[in-house]
Amino acid sequence: MTPVHPAAAGMIAAVVLTSTAGEVLTAAAMKSVGDLDEIRARSGMKGAIRAVVSCPTFFAGVFFLALSFFSLLFALNHLSLSFAAPASASLTLITNAIAGKIFLHENVDRRRWLSAGLVCVGVYLLAH
Amino acid sequence: MSHIRPTPKQYMILGLVALGAPLGDTCLSRGMTSLPPISLAHPLSLVSAVFTPWIGAGIVLLIGFFASYLTALSWADLTYVLPATAFGNVIVALFARFWLHETISWQRWAGIVLITVGVGFVTQGPSLTERPQRVSEAPEGVSRGASEGRAQ
Repeated sequence: MTPVHPAAAGMIAAVVLTSTAGEVLTAAAMKSVGDLDEIRARSGMKGAIRAVVSCPTFFAGVFFLALSFFSLLFALNHLSLSFAAPASASLTLITNAIAGKIFLHENVDRRRWLSAGLVCVGVYLLAH
Repeated sequence: MSHIRPTPKQYMILGLVALGAPLGDTCLSRGMTSLPPISLAHPLSLVSAVFTPWIGAGIVLLIGFFASYLTALSWADLTYVLPATAFGNVIVALFARFWLHETISWQRWAGIVLITVGVGFVTQGPSLTERPQRVSEAPEGVSRGASEGRAQ
């Protein structure tokens, strides 16, 4: 197995970190907004859209997701798709589980750790 | 520990999360490969690509995916919703096998099995971490950390 070049590792790390920041901020925003199904039932689709777009954390999340998208485009420009896509997708699952526990205070129990690990290996195998 | 389980409607939204992204990406890929190569010197040709049927359909599907994803995040934990998005990879592989008649290697079948087991595993648990109503409304001495300790 050939070692991963530091530049390649840096590109994958950039995708994984920006994606994790985006997912966590978006999740935090949606938790602060509340159940969208209930808001839509109460104030209609416009009310639900207004509730989402009036949350600054949501835009911070979208900013990092956009950054992650462009980091992935940059990585794909230098690395092969069969390496960059599965590596970033599977590592993001693990970093999100860690970030979910630390920042969102989610109950990441043994079941979720095991699930994240299985899905991570599964995504890796699927891309080969 | 009481389990917060999604309702049938919420399972449907998780299904849309799993289906929307791979179907949208497939439409984008189909649309972009049928176009002539786009050079960075002519970025406006990317804008005209948006109005082609496959890419338009892909964008609509991805907007649907993002709306379903945000809805799911409003009532479920991130660590519960994310495996559902990964399940989309399985759906794409099954489409490729049974619709496009592509060959799937044993590694891919193993990947499909692992993701399916992982997703099945997480959906058997609670979808949302239980918390006190509001930290500010909690009685004195009951902290957020204490409730998390109980939840583990």
